[in-house]
Amino acid sequence: MNPFKRSPFVIIATTLVYIFLYAPIVGLILYSFNASRANVTFQGFITQTSDRVVMDGSLVVASPCGAFHWYCDLAKNRDVLEAAGNTLSIAFTATIISTIIGTMSAIALQRYDFKLKPFSQLALYIPIVIPEIVMGIGVLTLFSQFFGWLNNALALSGDARLSLGIFTVTVSHIAFMVPFVTLVVQARLQGFDKSYEEAAMDLGADEWTTFRRVTLPMLLPGVLSGALLAFTLSLDDFVITFFTNGPGSTTLPIYVYGLLRRIITPQVNALSTVWILIVFFAVMAIQILQSRDAKPRHA
Amino acid sequence: MLKKLRENKALQGTFLALPTTLWLFVLLIIPLFLTLIISFGKRSPDGGVIYTFTLDNYIRLFGYETNCANGQSACFDPLYVQILWRSLTLAFNTTVIVISMAYPLAYFIARAHPQKRNTYLFMVLIPLWTNFVIRVYAWMMLLRKEGAINIILGTVANWLGIDFVPLEMLYTPGAVLVGMVYEFLPFMILPIYTSLEKIDNSLYEAAADLGANPIRAFLRVTLPLSMPGVVAGTILVFIPVMGTFIVSDILGGRQVILIGNLIQRQFLDARDATFGSAASLILMVMTLIVTYFYTRKFGFGEEIVAA
Amino acid sequence: MANSEFAVELRDVVKRFVTPEGGEVAAVNHVTMQIKNGEFFSMLGSSGCGKTTSLRMIAGFEWPTEGEVYIEGKPMGHTPPFQRKVNTVFQSYALFQHMTVAQNIAFGLEMEKASADEIEKRVKRALEMVQLTGMERRKPKQLSGGQQQRVAVARALVKTPDVLLLDEPLGALDLKLRKEMQLELKALQQQLGITFIYVTHDQEEALTMSDRIAVMSGGQVQQMGTPVEVYERPANQFVADFIGESNFLEGEIKSLDAKEARVFVPALNSELVGIPINPNLVNGEQVVISIRPEKIRITDKNANAMNLFHAKVMNTVYIGSDTHIYIDVGGKRLKVLEQNHISRLDPNSFYQVGQEVGVMLMPENTLVLKKD
Repeated sequence: MNPFKRSPFVIIATTLVYIFLYAPIVGLILYSFNASRANVTFQGFITQTSDRVVMDGSLVVASPCGAFHWYCDLAKNRDVLEAAGNTLSIAFTATIISTIIGTMSAIALQRYDFKLKPFSQLALYIPIVIPEIVMGIGVLTLFSQFFGWLNNALALSGDARLSLGIFTVTVSHIAFMVPFVTLVVQARLQGFDKSYEEAAMDLGADEWTTFRRVTLPMLLPGVLSGALLAFTLSLDDFVITFFTNGPGSTTLPIYVYGLLRRIITPQVNALSTVWILIVFFAVMAIQILQSRDAKPRHA
Repeated sequence: MLKKLRENKALQGTFLALPTTLWLFVLLIIPLFLTLIISFGKRSPDGGVIYTFTLDNYIRLFGYETNCANGQSACFDPLYVQILWRSLTLAFNTTVIVISMAYPLAYFIARAHPQKRNTYLFMVLIPLWTNFVIRVYAWMMLLRKEGAINIILGTVANWLGIDFVPLEMLYTPGAVLVGMVYEFLPFMILPIYTSLEKIDNSLYEAAADLGANPIRAFLRVTLPLSMPGVVAGTILVFIPVMGTFIVSDILGGRQVILIGNLIQRQFLDARDATFGSAASLILMVMTLIVTYFYTRKFGFGEEIVAA
Repeated sequence: MANSEFAVELRDVVKRFVTPEGGEVAAVNHVTMQIKNGEFFSMLGSSGCGKTTSLRMIAGFEWPTEGEVYIEGKPMGHTPPFQRKVNTVFQSYALFQHMTVAQNIAFGLEMEKASADEIEKRVKRALEMVQLTGMERRKPKQLSGGQQQRVAVARALVKTPDVLLLDEPLGALDLKLRKEMQLELKALQQQLGITFIYVTHDQEEALTMSDRIAVMSGGQVQQMGTPVEVYERPANQFVADFIGESNFLEGEIKSLDAKEARVFVPALNSELVGIPINPNLVNGEQVVISIRPEKIRITDKNANAMNLFHAKVMNTVYIGSDTHIYIDVGGKRLKVLEQNHISRLDPNSFYQVGQEVGVMLMPENTLVLKKD
């Protein structure tokens, strides 16, 4: 019973902050229905008359999508689709690899003592405490120097020359995703009772069978939320991708950034809205997984 | 061989941790060393790196310029020091503003009904997980001369009968500050919430029982106990603000240059990897110093992990 | 099927662990034990005494630093647990949460590559054995503590091991249920004839269920024997104090032979006749006399008997079935336990505070122990 809970100051401040948090997003979504191609001012919501829409007050454009005109436009945009494809494939690959090696290192750090341990722990902390840009230019430097040397040494030319692309982006993503996966799985491991595994071995299962039939199933919610976290990190990443991408490996954030420096139509807003919705559902999935992850009670 | 693996627990641990450690060694440790080495190098005419040892880049960063405007051979150009200073003050200001906005919200959520807390948190999380670039773009739209804020202000002004000239909000340091605050606000809300939530209700009751009015209870009990969260949040805000370049790029235009922009331009426009590396290292050193002193004084909490 | 004299044998086993500070500690420090086939053997002690570590070395979760563990006569100290014909019932039950009861029990049989038919049959029989028929499809979360415990037992026993290890399996149960399970487990053991090795810190439990007990402390075995031996003839001060209760008096041996010792006790200002426990006692040695509260008899102060001395009643505490009487002898406080075979409704039936009484001991209940 705390009088502060109802303090008007707190309530007003809270409301204002929430408004602050959501105003830009609401604006973003509203403008995705903007009846204006230049998207400079808001010309009102797109209204539909049969299969045509009114644009910029007077221009009439044929559009079967009505109010969702810009979304359809978006769907026809080849560059966006390619960027989306890249983003997803990079995220998938990076997630799978970082989840596997991240889970392995979480188990190692949580349960074993070995000479390499302090070094591993340090390496895992670094991406969290240094600014992303430092890591970004670091990998860029690594790749440019290494590829440059390799290209010269093997006298490669043209298409055979090693350069930045999907490979470099993926590999760099894994590097900054692994610490997060490790952290999440380690947290889950902390409460994990070793006796389950001992029971399995006691009943005749060797190490690999124990892991497969007992440890992994019980660890799965933690591993999955680690994987989901890693996945969204990769989807969202800008800085690292910015420094390691090349032609043909553009991801969505990079694409949007590029657009912002050129022409902005409400298509960008449509893209943003779709993006927000996808993230919304992903976050919900994480929450549901985490709540099902609660430890079982002993009756 | 399998038997050897079974007997030696340390070997098992090494085996499991090896892939990650190798990966990070190649893609994190080596690049950092490379950055260090290159920062002592010279820029070759075609934009590459000449490996040598010279402190030129660092000297230049701290003001000693050999390319003087008035033809002198050596002079003091505070340009880069100004950039460093600007980044520091921006990070500091952002952190202070973020704390003052995040605290009431975190407090509200922590003291709300347990079943509603997750919903409130969820509402904080959604903007957080929306893409960085998109969030910046959203502010760009709001702050423009023809943007929503000006429209609203204009409407209110008209209604009050006051003359209104649309504000030039975009491409100013203020815009960058607002953008930074917006980007990193959730990173402060979560840790503060976590440490506030841990405070047992009975502590408030005990304080009241012992005669403390709500304000004193807050100052003497709540605030100190929530410090770990504030510290964690500060680290989560201060460090990224120092290094971000998108916000200043999009919302500040060419007017506001921070370390992040400097580094970005050196690598991409000026193609001087050596100077950029030096700047990057200075950035890293500064953030490490800040982190070190902070955690030394306040401790490194699990609030960061929770966030 | 015994193909050796002992089911399990520990020969001079030492287990050392590295502490977080970098030092070494011996959790098990030169322990030798022989556990016979078909017996119910308990390891008893408080936490940290080494009993659980010893059990884990028999199971295979820890490997001895020195010495060897023999199972059915074969050295198995460095064999992994899944290659030992020994099964464990864990303190936390360790039931696989993501499997049903039937799947839990079947797990061990799957590891043996038994056929589906056989598995089904044996699982059914195992459930009958622990009176949980019909619970096949339930998940562990849906069972009570007692039921989970039975599943854990069934899961281990379905594999017909040579030895069953039980690590404080009843700790999480409430008192009444615990007492029921103690009897059930004992009955089960006698019915199956398997060797049970049981770890507990509850001495009453050990005394109730065991054929033999090993009392442990500080990583070493203090005494091994039947419940009666351990209770009536404790080997040292630790065992005398840990099992049941003891009154201790210090004294000096005045005369000594194989069957009897005369000890002068300063607190009583008189000599007691007792029986020496250690063969290594010598004349003139400083020793400790141990007397159990229920073995002291309070009589009239003017009676005439061996080992009689005078005392004053300080306090009486009524427990229901017994009364505890605290007496003062020459400044020393002793505890006496008397069963209430008469009704205590009359307050005068109790000894009064300050009352002077005579206190009598039988020599065979007066134990002379080495001073710790």
